[in-house]
Amino acid sequence: MSLMAEIGQRALDRDVPLSVQLDVTYRCNERCVHCYLDHDDHGEMTTAEIKGVLDQLADAGVFFLTISGGEVFMRMDFFEILEYARSLMFCVKIKTNAFMIGDKEAQRLKDLMINDIQVSIYSHRPEVHDAITLLPGSLKRSVAGIKRLRSHGIRVLIANVLMMQNLGDSDGVIALARELDAEYTIDPTVTPMMDGDREILKLGLGVPQLREVFRNSDMVGDVDEFCAVSPSTSNDHLEDFPCSAGHTACYISPYGDLYPCVQFPLPSGNVRQQKFMDIWRDSTQLNEVRSITVGDLPVCSGCGHSSSCSRCPGLAYMEGNMRGPSSQDCEKSFARTGIPSANMRLKAAAREIHGLVQISMPVQVPVLA
Amino acid sequence: MSIYIARSTALAARVLDGETMIMSAKDSKLFTLNPMGTLIWQSADGQTPLAEIVERKICPQFEIDKEQALSDAEEFVTSLAGHGVLVVAESPITSAKLPQGDAR
Repeated sequence: MSLMAEIGQRALDRDVPLSVQLDVTYRCNERCVHCYLDHDDHGEMTTAEIKGVLDQLADAGVFFLTISGGEVFMRMDFFEILEYARSLMFCVKIKTNAFMIGDKEAQRLKDLMINDIQVSIYSHRPEVHDAITLLPGSLKRSVAGIKRLRSHGIRVLIANVLMMQNLGDSDGVIALARELDAEYTIDPTVTPMMDGDREILKLGLGVPQLREVFRNSDMVGDVDEFCAVSPSTSNDHLEDFPCSAGHTACYISPYGDLYPCVQFPLPSGNVRQQKFMDIWRDSTQLNEVRSITVGDLPVCSGCGHSSSCSRCPGLAYMEGNMRGPSSQDCEKSFARTGIPSANMRLKAAAREIHGLVQISMPVQVPVLA
Repeated sequence: MSIYIARSTALAARVLDGETMIMSAKDSKLFTLNPMGTLIWQSADGQTPLAEIVERKICPQFEIDKEQALSDAEEFVTSLAGHGVLVVAESPITSAKLPQGDAR
């Protein structure tokens, strides 16, 4: 077991929230077509409130702190927040579009020893990237910011969300990442809006496109290993927890709302009204999430993919049932292995049965007197 | 000759159940310190000689021989200094840059 896995297990055994994502604003200077947030300010936490939350997170044992948004640099007090977080010795990661990072800002980030900075790049071609951010010149500005960060020796991770709109450009983004000496990661998931609106999911990849992505070694590493069908020789994984959400990780919105994860918007409390630890320990919602093992999932526990599936309980929740399947992950498992998930088979069977019992009713023509 | 130790600011750290996890900002290497290492690390204020930390804090708490404890502690701080986690000097460490953190 790696040291990181060992620490994760120790945190799990002791109910310690090892990782927290704190969004400090939802305001943003881009308008990405696939974004799941509403960018209006509905009353963000003040600097003092955020510092108070950071104190509580440090006391609770949080080690990894991801600060995100919105665009974090839209907050005038962002460096004050960062400095405070680093004084509490969090391992800080930032997500930003890097527009507002000049040399002075890059130097301050370097001095603060930020662990890494993640910047979303959708394409190496301005006409594609800017059409996704809906902001002309945005690729140029993000790349300029990344260059400044790298010139100060700051670790940069380029995140490439794959959608139909930019699917053919991942090789170009990989080449751009190499040129900028940045790391590269793909995310093939478009997340529903936090209010539950699923309209933006149509921007995401379908199974044929996912299949292509999962057979590209530049994106997944060892293709044979990645696409291998998991051996169903043991049921040990049925006692596993689906993911770290609510167990060793959680998410806090700019308004103080606490959720199991940014992708799992189950309202579990608000740090403006309650102490973080009171929510973490006593929230009915978090305790329900914690009670669920893979064996408790009515459809997924019987699925052949259950030990290797990337099933996201948050996506399942947004689909209507936190114990149910996440169709997006079913599609990924299918695209990876060619084997339909239990959920997909059930849906297909339901369609067939529905077809069998369908009766065409004769149209009744009203009889006119 | 006295040895003084101060915690580096180039790291992230958190105490979890008496043990300290540390990530070096220099190379993202992860370390964990056992309870004895944690006590030395927490006592690394740049002003207190290592021998005094060992005598006043380590020996009473862990009931070990002073000479052996000091020898082990010296080896331990040298190792951590090699990873940039601790700063070791022969005189008190007064730089305003050290140590600013407050691992809880």
